[in-house]
Amino acid sequence: MMKYVDEFRDPALIATVAAEIKRSVDPGRHYRIMEVCGGHTHAIYRFGLRDVLPDNVELVHGPGCPVCVLPTGRVDDGLAIAAEPGVILTCFGDMLRVPGTRGTPLELKARGADIRMVYSPLDALKIAHEHPERHVCFFAIGFETTAPSTALTLMRARELGVRNFSVFSNHVTIVPAIRAILDSPDMRLDGFVGPGHVSAITGCRPYEFIARHYGKPVAVAGFEPLDLLEAILMVLRQIRAGEARVENQYRRIVPWDGNPGALRALAAVFELRPYFEWRGLGFISQSALKLNAAFADWDAEVRFAIPGVRVTDPRAAQCGEVLKGVLKPPQCKLFGKECNPEHPVGALMVSSEGACAAYYRYARVGEALEA
Amino acid sequence: MCLAIPGQVVELIPEQPMLVKVDVGGVRRNVNIGLFEAGEIGLGDWVLIHVGFALSKVSESEARDQLRMLSAMGEDELALEEVRGYTFDADVGVLS
Repeated sequence: MMKYVDEFRDPALIATVAAEIKRSVDPGRHYRIMEVCGGHTHAIYRFGLRDVLPDNVELVHGPGCPVCVLPTGRVDDGLAIAAEPGVILTCFGDMLRVPGTRGTPLELKARGADIRMVYSPLDALKIAHEHPERHVCFFAIGFETTAPSTALTLMRARELGVRNFSVFSNHVTIVPAIRAILDSPDMRLDGFVGPGHVSAITGCRPYEFIARHYGKPVAVAGFEPLDLLEAILMVLRQIRAGEARVENQYRRIVPWDGNPGALRALAAVFELRPYFEWRGLGFISQSALKLNAAFADWDAEVRFAIPGVRVTDPRAAQCGEVLKGVLKPPQCKLFGKECNPEHPVGALMVSSEGACAAYYRYARVGEALEA
Repeated sequence: MCLAIPGQVVELIPEQPMLVKVDVGGVRRNVNIGLFEAGEIGLGDWVLIHVGFALSKVSESEARDQLRMLSAMGEDELALEEVRGYTFDADVGVLS
C-alpha cells in the first residue's frame, strides 16, 4: 500500500494518523478536499498519499501553480516584450517551457530573442546594472511567496536609479481564486488544505472567510507527508464535529499574522488589478498585482505596448477543467499522448507543481507497479 | 517553485545589513534578508530561501527535515542548481 511513504521517516506515526483519518470519516459519505498549493500536489503524488487515504476521501488539486494559471495571452505579451529592440527578457526556469501562441520562451530564444533564465529577480536587476545599454525586463510570476522578492528588487532598482529595468508583473493572489472556486457551481468541496509558504507571508487570517462565509474548514499545511496527513485529519475532524475554522498545522513556519516586512513591501510596490484572467478560472476581480504609480517607470506594461490579446487554450486541451479540479489529469484527452513533459501542450504539464506533470511522473509509475 | 531551500548563515556583511552569505550543501551564495527586521537573522541561523530571499527562520532540525524532504522529492539537485545560480552581490542585492 504505502508505496512511497515508507521511504520517508516516521512510518509508524504516519500509520497512526492514517488510522485516525479512517476513524474520522463516515464510510457512507464522500469527501472532497482541495489542496490549493502546487507544491502540495507534487508532494501528494510523490509520496503516494492517495494510497494512505480511505477511498471516500478525494483530494482535488487546486490552482496554486504559478505557470499553470498564467493564460496563454500573458505568455504572448511577455514574448512581445522580448521581441522589442535591445530588450533582454529574464524569467524563472519554469517559465521557459510554457507554450505561447508562437512557441515557448525557450523556442523564441533559439530563434534569436535574448531571453535569459534567472533564479532570483535580483539577478535580473544585476544584468540591468551590468548592461546599461540594454533594457532588462523581468517576467515576474508567482503567488504571495514570490511577490515580496519582486517588490524588494523594485525598491532596490528605484534606490539605485536603474532606469533600464522593468517588471512585467503576473503576480497573483490566492484568496480570490479560492473564492472563485467556492462560487463556481460545478465545484463541491468539503474543505481545504491551505498553502504553506504563501501563508508564511500572508498568515492565516485571509482564509477566515472560507470558514465564516462558506462554512468550510481550512488547515494550512507543511509539505511533508505527515504534515499533509495531519492537515487532512484536521479538516475531517472539523467536518465530523460540524465545525468550520482555520487551523494552522504548519505553525513552525507560518505565523498567524504572516510576515509583516513582506506585507509592507507588497503594499509599498503593488496595487490590486481590477481583474485578471486565470487559465481555467476566467477573469477574477482583484486577484492580481500590478506595480503602483510610484513604480510606473519600472512597469513593463507602462513602458511597452503590450498586445494584451486574449488567447483561448488549444481546444482539445482541458487544462482549465483540471485546474479547477473538475477533471483529473488522465481524464484529459491529450494527457500522456500529445501532451507530456517532453512536449507540454498545456502549462500544467510544464511545472513540477502542475497536477499533470506530477501525475505523469509519479502516479503512472505507481499504477504500472501495481499492474 | 514554492518549495523553499534550507541554508545556514555563515557570514554577515556588516556594511550590507540586508545581505548574508548562506551555505546550502556546501554551496555559498549571497541571500537577501530584507523581509526580516534588522538583527533578526544572525550568524549560524538557519533560513528557508526562495528566489534569493530568506523567507523564514527555522531551527537546525527543521532545516535538516526540509533538506531531506527536498531530496525525497528529487528536488535537491534543482535546489543546489538554484542556489549556485544566485549571482547578485552587494551592487544590487541590498537596500541601503
